[in-house]
Amino acid sequence: MSIFEYNGSAIVAMAGKECVAIGSDLRFGVQLQTLATDYKKVYKIHDQLFIGLAGLGTDAETLSQRFAFKHNLYKLREERDIKPSAFGQLVSATLYERRFGPYFCQPVIAGLEPDGSPYLCGMDSIGAQETAKDFMVAGTATDSLLGICESLWRPDLGPEELFETLSQALLSGQDRDCLAGWGAVVYVITKDKVIARTLKGRMD
Amino acid sequence: METAQQGGFSFDLCKRNEFFAAKGVQHPGFTKTGTTIAGLIFKDGVVLGADTRSTAGSTVADKNCEKIHFIAPNIYCCGAGTAADTENVTGMVASQLELHRYATGTQSRVVTAMTLLKGHLFKYQGHVSAALVLGGVDFRGPHLFTVYPHGSTDSLPFATMGSGSLNAMAVFEAGFKDDMSREEAMALVARAIRSGVMNDLGSGSNVDLCIITKDGVEYLRNHEYLQTKTYERQFPQKFASGSVPVVRERVYDIRRAVQVVEGEPMEMEVS
Repeated sequence: MSIFEYNGSAIVAMAGKECVAIGSDLRFGVQLQTLATDYKKVYKIHDQLFIGLAGLGTDAETLSQRFAFKHNLYKLREERDIKPSAFGQLVSATLYERRFGPYFCQPVIAGLEPDGSPYLCGMDSIGAQETAKDFMVAGTATDSLLGICESLWRPDLGPEELFETLSQALLSGQDRDCLAGWGAVVYVITKDKVIARTLKGRMD
Repeated sequence: METAQQGGFSFDLCKRNEFFAAKGVQHPGFTKTGTTIAGLIFKDGVVLGADTRSTAGSTVADKNCEKIHFIAPNIYCCGAGTAADTENVTGMVASQLELHRYATGTQSRVVTAMTLLKGHLFKYQGHVSAALVLGGVDFRGPHLFTVYPHGSTDSLPFATMGSGSLNAMAVFEAGFKDDMSREEAMALVARAIRSGVMNDLGSGSNVDLCIITKDGVEYLRNHEYLQTKTYERQFPQKFASGSVPVVRERVYDIRRAVQVVEGEPMEMEVS
């Protein structure tokens, strides 16, 4: 068993036209035992920036707190919210610092840059950044998610269409993963609003 | 606290991770650049080339990544191995050289970059797994080096690295001549990378080239765009609103209450 499969997770982020969306499943389990079905793996950094943390639950929790802390320090110093691209570098550096004793976490970052363009990036557990202009996935369901995203994603999706596309991909992807599922949560980020929706999924 | 810490690795999770390993959960792999990278020296400079696939196990992690890294305005470096290591080791040397240029006011030398790289890699005894092809032009002329993860280096007229290095080297051995023209050199490097893309499973997608001469750098991102989608949907799948069951919806208004606009400078009274 890999340590990434201890708790289970499915995370997808997609870019649209002047909007981005990021979603995760809601299961929290210990190997095959499901413990909770309302466990979100996407964390808000600020209004226009979200991070999804797949992998070992304990490390995801620790990292989300460290990123919140680091963003607070950044805001005190700079008197503004961090740019998604800068935050990507911050996350990468934080993970690479633990190069020889890593956090077992794969982050996915989704946000809007100050000019309104979407920013997406993903990483492995030691901070090797991978920026994408289409979509980014992480977790135990990556094999099934990659295929469905590759097939469904189109350029220049509007916020509503983007939501439907991401949700369809996420729900069908996680249905083929025992360790992820039990509904999902999706955040659609646009210039002037964030729409958070909880989805109904299979409960098995 | 942690903010006082300046650089360096942190080993505080090693014990815990060892404990996990002892319990029988093996550590997962990292993103690798199972790569074809190559470079050669021609009449007036250096040509570097790389494919653009990055892999996680047998899955393609990124179909169009960048493997030719900036070191200095006259030096670039191709990286193979663990993606995070190549990215960070080249970034570190680039920043050290930038500071060195500010201090000395001189152009960076390729040997300096090479020495910094091997110093770091040797210190970590191969655990920082970066295999590099370093190329550049300084006042002594064009230089090309390969740097191995353990810190050994070679100075060569043509070099290849990564999982597709044998494919690329076969093309170089067959086609390399001294003092090639720029066009000849570009074509040969592109062909070497292409043979890696086609014949090595760890390499794929497109060909990036970087040509460095004493007059400047030409970075040709996706010089050869080999792998587009061959199966674009004729009728793209479009979902109507409400195609997924929504249990709960919350909408947050994040419009800014205050807008900051750049103002005109005020007229100053001078009397």
